[in-house]
Amino acid sequence: MRRLMLLLALPFALLLAGCAGQAPVGLRGTGDLGIVIERATGRVAIVDTTARTVLARVEGLGDLSHASAVFSRDGRYAYVFGRDGGLTKVDLLLARIERRVMQAGNSIGGAISQDGRLVVAQNYDPGGIKAFDATTLELVADVPAAYGDGGRRSKVVGLADLPGNRFAYALFDAGEIRVTDLSDPGRPKTAAYPAGMQPYDGLVTPDGRHFLAGLFGEDGVALLDTWRPEQGARKILADYGRGQEKLPVFKMPHLRGWAVAGRQAYLPAIGRHEVLVADTGDWRLTRRIPVKGQPVFVMARPDGRQVWVNFAFPDNGWVQVIDTLSGDVVRTLQPGKAVLHLEFTPRGEAVWISARDDNSVVVYDTTSFARLATLPADSPSGIFFTPRAARTGF
Amino acid sequence: MVTGTAVADGARERELVRLVRQDCGSCHGMLLTGGLGQPLTPEALREKPAESLVATVLHGRPGTAMPPWKSILSERDAEWIVERLLRGFPKEGG
Repeated sequence: MRRLMLLLALPFALLLAGCAGQAPVGLRGTGDLGIVIERATGRVAIVDTTARTVLARVEGLGDLSHASAVFSRDGRYAYVFGRDGGLTKVDLLLARIERRVMQAGNSIGGAISQDGRLVVAQNYDPGGIKAFDATTLELVADVPAAYGDGGRRSKVVGLADLPGNRFAYALFDAGEIRVTDLSDPGRPKTAAYPAGMQPYDGLVTPDGRHFLAGLFGEDGVALLDTWRPEQGARKILADYGRGQEKLPVFKMPHLRGWAVAGRQAYLPAIGRHEVLVADTGDWRLTRRIPVKGQPVFVMARPDGRQVWVNFAFPDNGWVQVIDTLSGDVVRTLQPGKAVLHLEFTPRGEAVWISARDDNSVVVYDTTSFARLATLPADSPSGIFFTPRAARTGF
Repeated sequence: MVTGTAVADGARERELVRLVRQDCGSCHGMLLTGGLGQPLTPEALREKPAESLVATVLHGRPGTAMPPWKSILSERDAEWIVERLLRGFPKEGG
């Protein structure tokens, strides 16, 4: 009887939430759900990528400038990392905040462990990483990014999950890559590798093996083979801009959300209107593709046949599409003013693009390039879909 | 004519507020409390002379991630931004 009551109570709770006007969500899966960050208003829109609609909005997430999100491995919860150090666990089905903690003064994103049990935040202030229980958001490990004589703490960038509940990240101020093993969260083990001047972001390859940190203070990318960490980090793509003066960089490129298509990795050149292509076998530069502006996000469609690129101010009204077979730009689109981010549907037949200054999210068909939908959103920035839950480095 | 100028200036100021909040904000934070870049709150800037802040906006700071904005901003724009930063920067639409 008691069990029957519970079974009856659950749909009733969903119905109630529906009546409140916030969550018209019945019994359903989450594989085609996602969130759009509405950064000016501190809220997220929960979206359905099949119906191409906004299902609900959840408010009260704080300062969401430069916010990002990861997903629980059951695809039900989004963990949203805010600039103000807020970490918010959002229930996509009930369209409400499940839990929320303030974990730092100034934060830049996060990652989730291979087993889904740890959510890890990367912080500017105080510089370091912190791990939280994914269920309760209780702090389970605090790893300061101390460097030099140990008195200073570096801003942390590029945090990425590695197999074995390890996390790789880079220290902007210290010029290092670090790998912290959180397989026993009570006793974190950290190794440091000199990387180069001012790493500004990082990514891990789809297999979880190579961690790459882009360098701002010098040309090139630092590469750590995490299967053979004893070899240390080495520099790749160091010569691509030799002798050329860099353009002013009005926005740092983002490496996260890797663009590895087949054997080739596609990376934004910093201070140049180029996408760089490197062979993941030997990490040598194979091509420089001229594009419309300084790339910010360079993202591969899930099948790897296309790479989509957006640009820094003042070229941020454009998006270009590279065909990975020919290596050429095959399409130039104008989705709207101030394009900040793009996200592919799980198998890539469509892409969602946020146009901040048009207050809209535009959905394109990736084969015909037709506009499929335009959804209203308040200063939209990051777009994150639940299939990220199953991908290393997302 | 006077009205026309006032309207034009108001529009430029709105553009500058948006640019500072959104584009400077990508490094300094939308609330200007800092990020990869330094905080730009009145408290954080109190000790710094306005002229050197204007120079930083226009010419950047070599060796750091701060770019020169002179291709985007006039000297007058930069002076207006610095003056408003020192007093507490307006919110968008505010």
